[in-house]
Order: sequence, then structure tokens, then C-alpha cells
Amino acid sequence: MLKKIEAIIREDKVGDVKDALNDVGIRGMNVFEIRGQGRQGGITLAGRSGTYQVDMLPKMQLNIVLSEQNVDETIATILQAAQTGAAGDGLIFVYPVDEVVRIRTGERGHEAVMYPGDIDEKKGRGKAKAS
Amino acid sequence: MANINSGDTAWLLVCCSLVLLMTPGLAFFYGGMVRKKNILSTLTLSYAFMAMIGVQWVLFGYSLSFGKDIGGIIGGLNFLGFHNVTAAPNPEYSATVPQQLFAAFQMMFAVITPALITGGFVERIRFKSFLIFGLIWATLVYDPLCHWVWGVGGWLRVLGTLDFAGGTVVHIAAGFSALAFAMVIGPRRGFGHTPWEPHNIPYTVLGTGLLWVGWFGFNAGSALAADGVAVSALVATNTSGAAAGVVWMILSWLDGRPSTLGLVTGMVVGLAAVTPASGFVSPLAAMFIGAVAAPISYYTIRFRENRGLDESLDVFACHGMASTWGMIATGLFATTAVNPNGANGLFYGNPSQLGVQILASVVTMVFAFGVTYIVAKALNMSIGLRASTVEEEVGLDISGHGERAYS
Repeated sequence: MLKKIEAIIREDKVGDVKDALNDVGIRGMNVFEIRGQGRQGGITLAGRSGTYQVDMLPKMQLNIVLSEQNVDETIATILQAAQTGAAGDGLIFVYPVDEVVRIRTGERGHEAVMYPGDIDEKKGRGKAKAS
Repeated sequence: MANINSGDTAWLLVCCSLVLLMTPGLAFFYGGMVRKKNILSTLTLSYAFMAMIGVQWVLFGYSLSFGKDIGGIIGGLNFLGFHNVTAAPNPEYSATVPQQLFAAFQMMFAVITPALITGGFVERIRFKSFLIFGLIWATLVYDPLCHWVWGVGGWLRVLGTLDFAGGTVVHIAAGFSALAFAMVIGPRRGFGHTPWEPHNIPYTVLGTGLLWVGWFGFNAGSALAADGVAVSALVATNTSGAAAGVVWMILSWLDGRPSTLGLVTGMVVGLAAVTPASGFVSPLAAMFIGAVAAPISYYTIRFRENRGLDESLDVFACHGMASTWGMIATGLFATTAVNPNGANGLFYGNPSQLGVQILASVVTMVFAFGVTYIVAKALNMSIGLRASTVEEEVGLDISGHGERAYS
């Protein structure tokens, strides 16, 4: 069973989160620059004369597709790395994924989201095909 | 051409090019502050005048402005199509450079002035209506006003108005016209509900740099000679822009953060304020002019925002009000020690000069505001000034020009 993790995090936490995920062996991911609003409210920007409030704040969205067995550890790692305790730390969403196909090899499912040296390999749950 | 001075001519050729460059500079200054769906439209509003006035000025604009005086009100038709505007100097204006160069230099002022007004109505203007307005404005407002203030026989010039490089003709005229136009066309859809961030502040910063360099041509070139008055105008220009930048930065900082947009806005305000005074005042007077101009424009923007008026890029506050102060300050600080062909102001024992400066400013405000308001109203009731709701929502780049700036 495959899952997609969408983590909306602070812009300045992207590096920390990516490093922490790499350390536990989560390799495949991509990132969007997004804007949104939530409990944090707005930020104040300086204009020509004085300041003004902006309510859609810049955030980063991290997208990771992985095997269900790795979801809990990934969430724990993101929490560890992205948490500051202040409003605006973000949210994590988890969705089911029907299928993944790696275009280069035609691999499907779990096979398609394995990487050399990843969390599954570290835990002896199989090995990605050599690239 | 025995009278042509190669130094003066070379300098004015350079200044003509510098002032031309101000219009692209202004286009980017404005373009950075709009939303990204309207950047091409905003650039085009300024660039269109390089094309349109580049034709109008040669055909009849120069003649209406600097042709043989008719009753102090308008120039005659003797220079239509640059007829007799040749390499021979016209001693009435510039005895040491070819008249064709004087005419070309003045053309660049005629180009940038209506371009300044566009800041009042960006992001919602219908392009066709804009072109018609621009041509009418150049002919009915700029050309007569230019004649009144700078034309030999022009009635404000005869009264003794001191306006070295266009405090009235350029900045007050543009500022008050933008105000009138903004009142007629109304606010952008959604104005005041959600704050819009400028889409590319670096463009605005770059535009400011081009404007400042160009302003040396604008003000120092208005000496029409490579002489001490030109140098004095250049130093006054730089000093006022610098002082206004410093003060604006402090004001902005006290209100939160020293914003980049604030700093460059202050610089432009200082440059606009000193435009009528440069060439007549000392460097320290110029510093005072810039320093006082900053809070005037800063709080005029605040006032305008509080009134809910969408004079979108603050042409009124930054050019109209700053240069009104500059005209008044000229009446205070002008001294024949700087420019023997000028006059003394109040602080040099000539209080009547202050009265003349105020009169010329008020006349310019009323004339520019009034004619613009009437022309804009008439166009609005006939062909319509605004883009449709859908066109405005989609953005004028696609709806008006069929292009996307960033693909």
C-alpha cells in the first residue's frame, strides 16, 4: 500500500526537514512554493508609506510518496525537524495512492519508490534495482 | 553657424539622451509596483508616449509650445513639422546650440510628462481610450502650459515665474492630472479589500536608478549650456534626492521597517521636488528642499490611502505635492548668486517672487486638474475609460495586448 505525504512547513525549515528525512533514509521528494493562511494569521509588510497586512503567507509544501510502513517514521521525523511551537508550523496530510509507475524502468508500486540506500534497504526490506 | 558652441551642443546631446532614458526608467519604476498580470500594460502606457509624442512633437507639439507667441497663451504654427527648426540656433531659447537639438531635448520632456500620469490609472484603463486621452492631454494641457512657463511671451514667464526644469509644466501638471483622472475612472476592482503586493520591487529599484541618472540630464540639461549653472543644477538635484531618500528611510523605519520601496520612493520625491529649484538654489537649500519634500509626500500617500482613493501609484503625492513644495521653495531660496539670469527669493529680499511661484503653481493645478477632469469625463461618457470587468480580472496584458509577460 502506497501513501502520499503532503507536509506544509515553514520556508526556513525546508533544509532541516530534508536533511532529517535523508538521515532516516527518505530519499524521493519534491517541493512546491505555496501561499496559504491558517491559525498564524497574517504578516506585516512595509510599503511606500507605513506597513500593511498580508494574510496569505509563503510556505513550502513537501511531497513524498512512499510505502505505508514508512509513514509513521516519516511523520515523526518531520515533526521533529519542523516544529517550533509557534503558530504557523504547518500541517501534514496523508493520502492513499493508487499506483506509482517509474517511467525509466516501468516498475510499479513499492518497487517504484525504492532508492539506493533508503529506509527499506537500511531495514533489510529489499533493495532498489541498480540505476 | 558661427555661434554654435561645441561644448554646449555635446552636453545637450547627452542630456537629450539621458532624458529619453527616463521614460523607460519610469515604465519599470511603475511596472514593478503593479500586479504581474498588468506589467506589460503598464510598461506600454509609458512607452506608447515615446512613439506617440515622438510624432506629435515634430508635427505640431513643438510649434504650439515654442512657436511665435500668440497673446501669451499658445505658440504659433511657424514650426509645424519642424519647419525652420534646423542646425541654426534660435537665440530666443538657446543661442549656442542648434535649435533642432533644443527641440529634441524639449521633446523628451513632452514624452515623459504624460507618461507620469499613467501611474494614476494603471491596471484598469482601456488602451484605446488611453491613447486618445494621451494625445488630447499633450495638445490641450502640456503644450499650452509649456508655452506659458517657458515660451518667450508666455504669460507665466512674463510674470517672472522661476521653473528651471519643470516643477509646474511636468510634475505639478502630471500629479494633479493623475488625481483628476483617478477620480473619474474610479478604483481598481477589489481595491481596499485585499492588499496587493508589488509584483517586482527590483524593477522599481532599477527604474529609480535610471530615473536618477536621467534626472541629471533633465535638470542640469535645462541650463542649455555646459556651464556653472548646469553644474549647480546637477549638485542640487543629487543633494535633494539624497536628502529625501534619507528622510524617507527614517520615516519608514519609525513606522516599522526601512522598506526598499520606501527608500526609492523618497529618492524620486526629492528629485521631483528640486526640479523647479535646481539651477536657482544652493546645495544646502536643495538639501532642505529634499528633506521637507519627503514627509510631505509620505503623509500625502497616507492621506490618500485613508480617503480610499485609488490614485494607484501616487503620482499626485510624489510629483504633484513634492513639486508644489519645490516651486514654493524656489520662491524662498532662489538667489542670483547661483544664477544671474534667475531672481532672488524671499530669503534674499524679494518676497514678491514667492507670490509669483505660488500663483504659477495654483494656475497649473487648476488648469491641469480641470482640463483632465473634463476630458476624462467626456471620454468616459462617450467611449468609456475602463476595461470591462472580465478584462480587468484577466489582466490587461492578455486582454489588452494578447501577451503574457512571464511564460
